[in-house]
Amino acid sequence: MDETRGPSLLDAIRDFSENASPLDFVLIAQHWEMFLTGIGYTVLLVAVSLVIGGAISLPLAVARAYRIRYVNQAIWAYVYLFRGTPLLVQLYIIYYGLGQFEPVRESFLWPVLREPLWCTLIAFVLNTAAYTTEIFRGAIEAVPHGEVEAARAYGMSSWHRTTRIVLPNALRRALPAYSNEIIFMLHGSVVASTVTIVDILGAGRILNSKYYLAYEGFLAAAVLYMLLVYLVTRGFRLWEWRWHAHLRPREA
Amino acid sequence: MRRLGKVLAAAALAVSAATAPAMAAEELRIGVEGAYPPFSWKEADGSLKGFDIDIAHALCEKLGRTCVLVEQDWDGMIPALLARKYDAIVASMSITEERKKRVDFSAKYYNTPAMFVVAEGSGLDVSPAGLAGKAVGVQRGTTHQCFMEKIYPDAELRLYATQEEVFLDLAAGRLDAQFSDSLQADEGFLKTDAGNGYGFVGGPQHDLECHGEGAGIAVRKGEDELLAALNAAISAIREDGTYKTINDGYFDFDVYGD
Repeated sequence: MDETRGPSLLDAIRDFSENASPLDFVLIAQHWEMFLTGIGYTVLLVAVSLVIGGAISLPLAVARAYRIRYVNQAIWAYVYLFRGTPLLVQLYIIYYGLGQFEPVRESFLWPVLREPLWCTLIAFVLNTAAYTTEIFRGAIEAVPHGEVEAARAYGMSSWHRTTRIVLPNALRRALPAYSNEIIFMLHGSVVASTVTIVDILGAGRILNSKYYLAYEGFLAAAVLYMLLVYLVTRGFRLWEWRWHAHLRPREA
Repeated sequence: MRRLGKVLAAAALAVSAATAPAMAAEELRIGVEGAYPPFSWKEADGSLKGFDIDIAHALCEKLGRTCVLVEQDWDGMIPALLARKYDAIVASMSITEERKKRVDFSAKYYNTPAMFVVAEGSGLDVSPAGLAGKAVGVQRGTTHQCFMEKIYPDAELRLYATQEEVFLDLAAGRLDAQFSDSLQADEGFLKTDAGNGYGFVGGPQHDLECHGEGAGIAVRKGEDELLAALNAAISAIREDGTYKTINDGYFDFDVYGD
């Protein structure tokens, strides 16, 4: 029955999107699965590298803040190396650079370095760990000395002072700065699309190149990144509200 | 006054049916790639070289216009044309139906088949069943991507921004196979040191819907005069031997095809 009624509303929308609209939104919508995969990869890469990078950075930050000899200098060099070079360059060196060497290709590392996803994760972890180390170090150094002294007066061991007094305090302080690092990492993760990973930007690039479009893919990607950043900032606001409860003005 | 000049020039252009001297007025901007040897590559000093580049210069000479070559990454090639960053694309772009929705094409200026390249001795069967689950590299936004998605839906397709990166990853062993223009693969990879131990397999692959009828010059829709002039120029360089001279500088057979 429907066929006899001429072009339906759906056809009209499709036609408008393809021909009249400055943005072919129907085409974007038709590729929602590709963008969903993209979100999956972006979130996976960022989340995993933040968790591992964060875990690595904690002891490094403590070692830096406590000025443990030699270790401190080594960590400083590592942090300087990874904060001093762009993430894209780091990824290229790990992905294209290491793959050039025969010994690397024959080593036990190759099954890992062969995969674009692992290369990207390694680059991201090393990068975010370097930045987070500095954030945490700053926060640890900002813990009021009086609190540490008080803990010492109570007879707490150095381990207990660190885990019970210094770190809880420092991590709370680091929260706002750390939320920035998450957003930077999210934005930085677009470089994954340069090594064949279909993250959000990768999906946008495929859409653009497949249909020879200038910006539909990028715009869709931009909106998705904005959405993710919104979720991150929202989540952190809640978290800060909880963790900084003692700083909240008291309710009458 | 300037605007008047422009109007006059446009009028002159419209009246003279694409004769060369009248077009000399304005420079022609041509989009090229520069990462696709031997058709286009970049020398250490930054200058562009290659078959496409030479063809572009020869066509400009026939058109009697000054040309400016504009470099552009492959996946932004057509969008940049539409955004008027340049007026024509001479970048080994295959004439396909999907692209014709966005741009107009000249007649072909060369046509070479596409083939798979694998490591010698890998014994890989390049049938759709044989490549299922295998990592195959192609350049993003090419006819080869279209072909792989259509004929080899079960292969693990990896997309790269440039063809050079595809070869890098094939040589590094990240890819089981790569699929691209056979001539480009031969000159740009197999005949180089990096291509040692790699070879073609499976013979020429062709799908008219994806691969089209050869490489042509793309212009914005509605630029019929430029298109007619380019077509005339292609015929002219074919006839007067310019094409052959350029061709012979790169290949030992005629890439124009039949």
